[in-house]
Amino acid sequence: MSDEEPRIGVYVCDCGFNIAGVVNVPELIEYARGLRNVVVAREYKYMCSSPGQETIQKDIQERKLNRVVVASCSPHLHEATFRRAVEGAGANPFLVHMVNIREQVAWVTANRKDATEKAKALVAAGVARVARHAPLERREVPVRSEVLVLGGGIAGIQAALTAADSGRRVYLVEREPSIGGHMAKFDKTFPTLDCAACILTPKMTGVKNHPNITVLSYSEVARVDGYVGNFRVTVRRKPRYVDEQKCVGCFECIEKCVYKDARFPSEFELGLGKRKPIYIPFPQAVPLVAVIDPETCIEFKTHNCRKTCVDACGDRDAIDFGQMEQTVELEVGTIIVATGFQVFDARRMTNYGYGNHPGVYTALEVERLAASNGPTGGEIVLRDGRRPTSVGIVHCVGSRDHAYNAYCSKVCCMYSLKLAHLIKERTDADVWNFYIDMRTPGKGYEEFYQRLLAENVHFVRGKVAEVTDLAQSKAEEGKLVITVEDTLLGAVRRVPVDMVILSVALEPRPDREEVRRLLNLSCSMEGFFLERHPKLAPVSTMNDGMFIAGACQGPKDIPETVAQAEAAAAEAVALTSRGFLTLEPNLAYIEEPLCSGCQVCIPLCPYTAIELDREKMVARISDVLCKGCGVCVAACPSGAAKQKMFEDEQLMDELAGVLSA
Amino acid sequence: MSDGEFQPKIVAFVCNWCTYIAADAAGVARARYSPNVRLVRTMCSGRVDPQFVLASFEKGADAVLLCGCHPRDCHYTAGNYKALRRFVLLKKMLAQMGLEDGRVRLEWISASEAEKFRRVVEEMTQDVRRLGPYKENGGK
Repeated sequence: MSDEEPRIGVYVCDCGFNIAGVVNVPELIEYARGLRNVVVAREYKYMCSSPGQETIQKDIQERKLNRVVVASCSPHLHEATFRRAVEGAGANPFLVHMVNIREQVAWVTANRKDATEKAKALVAAGVARVARHAPLERREVPVRSEVLVLGGGIAGIQAALTAADSGRRVYLVEREPSIGGHMAKFDKTFPTLDCAACILTPKMTGVKNHPNITVLSYSEVARVDGYVGNFRVTVRRKPRYVDEQKCVGCFECIEKCVYKDARFPSEFELGLGKRKPIYIPFPQAVPLVAVIDPETCIEFKTHNCRKTCVDACGDRDAIDFGQMEQTVELEVGTIIVATGFQVFDARRMTNYGYGNHPGVYTALEVERLAASNGPTGGEIVLRDGRRPTSVGIVHCVGSRDHAYNAYCSKVCCMYSLKLAHLIKERTDADVWNFYIDMRTPGKGYEEFYQRLLAENVHFVRGKVAEVTDLAQSKAEEGKLVITVEDTLLGAVRRVPVDMVILSVALEPRPDREEVRRLLNLSCSMEGFFLERHPKLAPVSTMNDGMFIAGACQGPKDIPETVAQAEAAAAEAVALTSRGFLTLEPNLAYIEEPLCSGCQVCIPLCPYTAIELDREKMVARISDVLCKGCGVCVAACPSGAAKQKMFEDEQLMDELAGVLSA
Repeated sequence: MSDGEFQPKIVAFVCNWCTYIAADAAGVARARYSPNVRLVRTMCSGRVDPQFVLASFEKGADAVLLCGCHPRDCHYTAGNYKALRRFVLLKKMLAQMGLEDGRVRLEWISASEAEKFRRVVEEMTQDVRRLGPYKENGGK
């Protein structure tokens, strides 16, 4: 359906009131009917629905249409839908063109007349352009089935397990010496209060024992090449100075270290606990392999240590001070990004005194204090060992605050309630919650809040102004005083407490820019990785073959993270399950008779897809390597380089169209 | 947009991966902006042949906006740098032809910068409104 005279159908979608409420659609239809080659123009309430699609299909068959213009939403939303519809009517899917009159017109234009005029111009452009469309074939490329998962927190763990259970080979890359992420640091999870370790560690063991999963811990992805279905990934493995194959995780080297006492701040314990230069981050670590910190190890600093660790290791011979960084090359079909979040640096809010008053903690630190495998064995005590008799939990620290993060971190209300419960249970302290709004949507969440209300926890509605140790009365002496406007009481209150817990925001990781560039992803304004569509493609990205899961996409709780991880794994498996993929045909090509062999295009190609055919002295573009950017096309002085779907004539006619009305 | 005021026609060439998404996001955010800018999508700003810019003026545009991903963010590694190189040269040439500054503009607008997209469109519309219509201004 292409060589003959164009017979174009124009379909304008009302999108309910979204478009029809702003654009005068009947007028637009009348206008479209007057455009060259337009045979039929129709309006429908929801063009993307079955009746809408069937209308197009019926017209293709009965009115012998050979081109279709759909004026509706962004092609990023429904281009695939309408291509399928056209294909379903037996026509080539690339003979449809979408005109975006929702995002670019109806949603952004204040008045009806302007909106209608702009819509006319865009429809004219679409009609002019589509007349130049030619039927195209999609390319089929073979795809690899392996899945790379970036990040070994609960999101990455769940994604790896799901993909591995489907039979896929999975590489799980984790930056830290052990997988587990933030969840491994928690004591209990809301609202069920099951112990975090009891639900996480079996999954970690599951990862370790799964025949299809290879864990690359203490490693980072350095480079990603290739394209969907065929990514080449370079992973840098940092030296642990302990051979992962030989170490059995017996802890003997750690016991026998020349340092009798652990004296260096443990990263896993957020500095609340200590470790030795040779250590295992936590007893449930996966892999259960020791790691040496060269910054604190005497052998690295003086080369003169008695190396009691080596003696303790004995025949196992796992310790290797000469270990070097290694590079591993992986070939995978899909990549799941599950790099998680960081907690807000509470030092930024100086009025809360974190880092200044020892009695001020972040919620994550208190998770470690509450954890039975933590530095205090689960006893909630202050840094000086005292038991707090009163505790204030400050909500929204770094969240819902335009000076820091405007968004709500979603989980803080619930984890604050959980910590309030745990503190109440273990210390019998007076517990105060200072909140702006209580946000408890979720299964069993509001019920948990109700339960806390009955547990004699105090709730004060108001944003805390300050935490200070300047006493104004006898009762405040030796205490931290929380100043807050109680908005329900309409009065400023001063609440003296022993311990202040800051419910810190969940933020994008500090290195998200590097990760984003590494993987060619986009970020939203806050810096979380951007999904392809917030509702219809929540774990896909604009980069085909790459998926996102967990808090790297935005703050979320564990159930939501697990669900996303499973979704991402399912998407990754589905995408590559047929063994081949079809790719867009928007490739560059050379019209040989026009090519002078000047080779201007060759160095411009970022994929080295262009070669000189020395016999014919013309450029030749490889279909496999070309990704369809069109840089060579714009540069070709003789017009020999062309691009399918973005031909010069198509763009020129589209240009004339947008300027026509 | 009040009646009687000069309504410039502005063509914006936007890349599929950054600025087109920003424009979509501006829509989702219901950001209001002047209807004077009309988008033409290419996969990469590096696909924009300088001839497209010249053709835009010839076909009745009063100004041309060229948008791509920020430096180092190009979906195709470096297409935006190529666009930049061509733009600098083109701008010089257009100035020699008598085209006023402000009728061509290059902006890097990432997928998350809906607000920047809106702002650039508004600024450019105002600037070109001040300059008046292209052809009547002796540019051609």
